[in-house]
Amino acid sequence: MFGSIDPILLLASLMVAATPIMLAAIGELVVERAGVLNLGVEGMMITGSIIGFIAAINTGSPWLGFLCAALGGAGLALLFGILTQVLLSNQVATGLALTLFGLGLASLLGQGYLGVKAPAFPDWNIPLLGDIPVIGPIVFQHDPMVYVGLAIVAGVWWFLKKTRAGLVLRAVGENHEAAHALGYHVVRTRLLAIMFGGACAGLGGAYLSIVRVPTYADSLTAGAGWIASAIVVFAGWKPWRLLLGAYLFGGVTVLQLNLQAAGVAIPVEYLSMSPYIATILVLVIMSAGGAPGSLGKTFHASR
Amino acid sequence: MLRRTLLASAAATAMLGGMAAAEGHEPLKIGFVFVGPIGDGGWTYEHNKGRLAVEEAFGDAVETVFVESVPEGPDAERVMTQMALEGADLIFTTSFGYMDPTINVAARFPDVMFEHATGYKQADNVSVYSARFYEGRAVQGHIAGQITESNVIGYIASFPIPEVIRGINSAYLHAKEVNPDVEFKIIWAYTWFDPAKEAEAANVLIEQGADVILQHTDSTAPQAAAAAANDAGATIYTFGQASDMAEFAPMPRVSSIIDDWGPYYVARTQAVMDGTWESVSTWDGIGAGMVGIGEISDAIPADVKASAEDLIARLASGEYHAFTGPINKQDGSVWLAEGETASDYGDDGLAGMGFYVEGITAEVPQ
Repeated sequence: MFGSIDPILLLASLMVAATPIMLAAIGELVVERAGVLNLGVEGMMITGSIIGFIAAINTGSPWLGFLCAALGGAGLALLFGILTQVLLSNQVATGLALTLFGLGLASLLGQGYLGVKAPAFPDWNIPLLGDIPVIGPIVFQHDPMVYVGLAIVAGVWWFLKKTRAGLVLRAVGENHEAAHALGYHVVRTRLLAIMFGGACAGLGGAYLSIVRVPTYADSLTAGAGWIASAIVVFAGWKPWRLLLGAYLFGGVTVLQLNLQAAGVAIPVEYLSMSPYIATILVLVIMSAGGAPGSLGKTFHASR
Repeated sequence: MLRRTLLASAAATAMLGGMAAAEGHEPLKIGFVFVGPIGDGGWTYEHNKGRLAVEEAFGDAVETVFVESVPEGPDAERVMTQMALEGADLIFTTSFGYMDPTINVAARFPDVMFEHATGYKQADNVSVYSARFYEGRAVQGHIAGQITESNVIGYIASFPIPEVIRGINSAYLHAKEVNPDVEFKIIWAYTWFDPAKEAEAANVLIEQGADVILQHTDSTAPQAAAAAANDAGATIYTFGQASDMAEFAPMPRVSSIIDDWGPYYVARTQAVMDGTWESVSTWDGIGAGMVGIGEISDAIPADVKASAEDLIARLASGEYHAFTGPINKQDGSVWLAEGETASDYGDDGLAGMGFYVEGITAEVPQ
C-alpha cells in the first residue's frame, strides 16, 4: 500500500517544503517579539520572490538573487516601519495594505518574467556527512538555503535568549513604556526588527521562486505568508517551536501528497486539511506562551 | 443615512449608465471575473487573452473591466454585483465555482447578460459555455501511453468536478488503448492555483516513479518542477495546460491543450450589440477551434507524433468520439456498449460525469 513511497525522499522533501514558511515565520517572530504586528508578510514574500527571481535571472547567480530578495523585503518592511513607528499609523491596517501593495508591485515587476525558468541552484552534497546512510540523503544533501534557514532560526534563538540586544528587543516588545523609561530606543529597535522580518520574508519568497517551484507566476506565494504568520502565534513566539511547526506543516503537506499518489484509502478531503489540523493541534497542545505585552500597540515617547 | 445616500447614488449612476447605453453613446461595458491572476500563464491568462481579443475587435465601442483572483464563493457574488451596479451589460464569469453566484446575481439584474464558463445552470440571462477539453486529454493520453518508460503517469487534479473527472477518464482510456500496462497516480491539489503546491505534487509524482505528468491546475509550476528534474538527469514529460506554455518546450513540455476563448467572446459581444443575444449552451471542441492542441515537439518519436496528429484530425472531423464504447465504469458495470458514444446530458452523460472508468485504481473524492 505504501510501496511507492520512499521514506528517505519523503523526509528529505519535508525539509525543502518547510523552508519558505520557516524563513518568513522566523522573521515575523522577531518583529512580533519587538511588539509589532506586521500582517504584510505575504506582500513582502511575494515582493522578495519576484525581486530575487529577476536578480537571479539577470545575474545568473541565485545567491545574488537571494541577497536582492532580502534587501527588497527589508525595503518594503521599512516602508511599513516608517508608517507605523514614525507616522503612528494603525499596524493591522498598514500590514494588510502592505500585503495588497506587495501583491500588486510583484505583479507589475513580474511582467515579462512569466514562465521563465530560474537558474539552477544545485544541491549541496556535504562531504562526509552527506555520505552517511539514510541520515545523509535526508539531512545533508540539500540546497544551501535550507541550512541558511536553520542557521537563522538558531541565530534568532541565540540572539533573543543570550544577548543583551535580544533582551532589549524583548523588553521593548513586552512593555515599550518601561523600556523607553530605561532609556532604550523603542522606535529604532522596532525599525531594525521590522527590517529583519522583511528580509527573512523576502528570502522565503525567493526560495519559492528560485528553488522550490522554480519559476515565477503572479500570486506565487498563494497564502504562504499567512500560514507563516499563523505559525508564529501557534508556536507561542518561540523559535524552536516555530521550527517544529514549520517542519510539521511542510512534512504533513508532503506526506499527504505522497499518500494520495500512492492511492492510500483515506478520503482526500481529510488528507488535504491534515497539514493545518496537525500543526494547530500539536502546537496548541504544547500550550505555548503568551503574546508579547505590547504587541500591536502604537508607541509614542510623549505618552 | 450615509449608507442610504451611497445606495441611492449607486442606483442613480446605474440608471444613468443604462440610459446612456440605450442612447448608444456609451460603449458596451463588459465585465470579466477571473479565478486566478491574469499572469498565471494558464487558465486565466487565456481568458484574459479572450478579453483583449474583444477589445481589439470592437475598439472604442466596448469598455472591458475585470477583477482577478476572485475566490469561488460569496466574494464572487459581491464582485459580480459590483460590476452590474457599475453598468456592465455583459459579464463573463470564468470558473466552475462561480455557477451559483452567477445564477443568484443574474436573478437580481435581469437586464444584464451573463456568460458562465464550464457550468451547467442556465437562466434567461445566463448562457453557459465550455470547451471539450477531454478531446485534448485524449490526445495527451495517447501520447503519454506511448512515451512512458515506467508505465506510471502522474495526474495533478484540482477539484473533483465533472470537467476534471472527464479529463482523467479520457486521458486514461487513450493511454490504456496504446499501453495496457499503464497506471495512473492522481493527486488532488484542491486548488486551481498554488504554484508551490503544484510543484510539490509534481515532485512527489516523479519520486513515485511517474515519468509523464499531466496537470489540471493553472500554473506553470509543474512544468518548472519537471524541467528542474530533467536538469538533474531525469526524463520527465509534461503537457501545457489551458495555455501553450511553450516556454517549456521542447522538453519537458511536449504538447499542450490551448483554450481559445477569443472568437466566442467576440461573437457573444457582437450578439449583445445586435440585440440578438439569447441564453445558449455552447460546448465546442477541437473541431470548432475552442480547444487547440499545442505543437507536438520533436522530443517524442515521429511515429507517435504522426498517430497523435491522426487522432487530432479524427476528433476534429467528428469521425471519432473520445468516449466510444465498449467502456465500463470503475465498478465493472457497463457504461457504453460496443460502438456507442457518450451523450452530453442525462444520466451518465458527460456534463455530470462523477465516476471513473474501469482500470483506474483510485477513488473519486466525494
